[in-house]
Amino acid sequence: MLPTADRRPPTNMRWILIDKFIDFESGKRAVAVKACTLGEDHNHDLYPDFPIMSHSLMVESMAQTAGMLVGEARGFKEKVILAKIGRATFHRVVRPGNVITLDATIDQLNDAGASITGIVRLVAQSPLAEVRDDKDSLVAEMEIMFSHIDNNLSGLQFPKDNFVFTESFLDLLRTYRNATTVEI
Amino acid sequence: MTRDEIQTKVTKVLVDALGVDEEEVTPGAVIRDDLGAESIDFLDIMFRLEKEFGIKIPKGEMMPDNLATNPEYVLNGVVTQKGLDLIKEKMPHAADEYESFKNDPKLESMSKLFTVNSIVNYVESKLK
Repeated sequence: MLPTADRRPPTNMRWILIDKFIDFESGKRAVAVKACTLGEDHNHDLYPDFPIMSHSLMVESMAQTAGMLVGEARGFKEKVILAKIGRATFHRVVRPGNVITLDATIDQLNDAGASITGIVRLVAQSPLAEVRDDKDSLVAEMEIMFSHIDNNLSGLQFPKDNFVFTESFLDLLRTYRNATTVEI
Repeated sequence: MTRDEIQTKVTKVLVDALGVDEEEVTPGAVIRDDLGAESIDFLDIMFRLEKEFGIKIPKGEMMPDNLATNPEYVLNGVVTQKGLDLIKEKMPHAADEYESFKNDPKLESMSKLFTVNSIVNYVESKLK
């Protein structure tokens, strides 16, 4: 399904750090890809003259991938909020021109929240030959947790609308599910 | 599984979930006050216990549900006699901690019921 003018949100900022889902097994596992580019201003902000994708934004990319997975598992009824980064280990940097996959697996999921194991890998880009084997491609491993805030923070009021899963995010999933039918 | 084995696994769970040193995880250590757990950490601990021991922890089993928001059980920040009775009945794993808590049953002190010891007791009862 291609985006149409009337479904497009107003000109708000889109802080979407994944480009596309390439695998989505409801309630189990999701894999998204993200291209790191010179055109993203924030990649220039960490080190002068050495643009990289920052580790914190890589965690955010994983949280977006995993957040969609956790949200979809319960029909997007919950407000799914990143609540804890239990562990995050980084093995190599991601630079403009690199493409990474964000592979999220649900370890546990219940009324209160979910725990996720996430693996980030570099996609092999022949003929650049930066990635020689599996060990080379491993960028990061992390354990993250999500809270279903409506169920956990009783007594606090949140907007009724699900502000977590905006149209832009849901479009990512629609794009994945309709990938085979899109013709341009 | 022996109590020692349970204790060792519970220690591992707490070290992983809270980033504390093994030496800090003594039987009497209070999960929130001594080991620095915040609310989301309790969910993390429960997930890890379920995984480590292959058990299921139903909602409200480690601690009675909605106790703090029910005026019958908690009034003006103090746990009522009815509330105390409920804790005693539903949390046999925290029987030792309950004995000192009941003398000054402030709601804010309820976290003292959750010690390493009470978690080991709970797991032990689940594995029986």
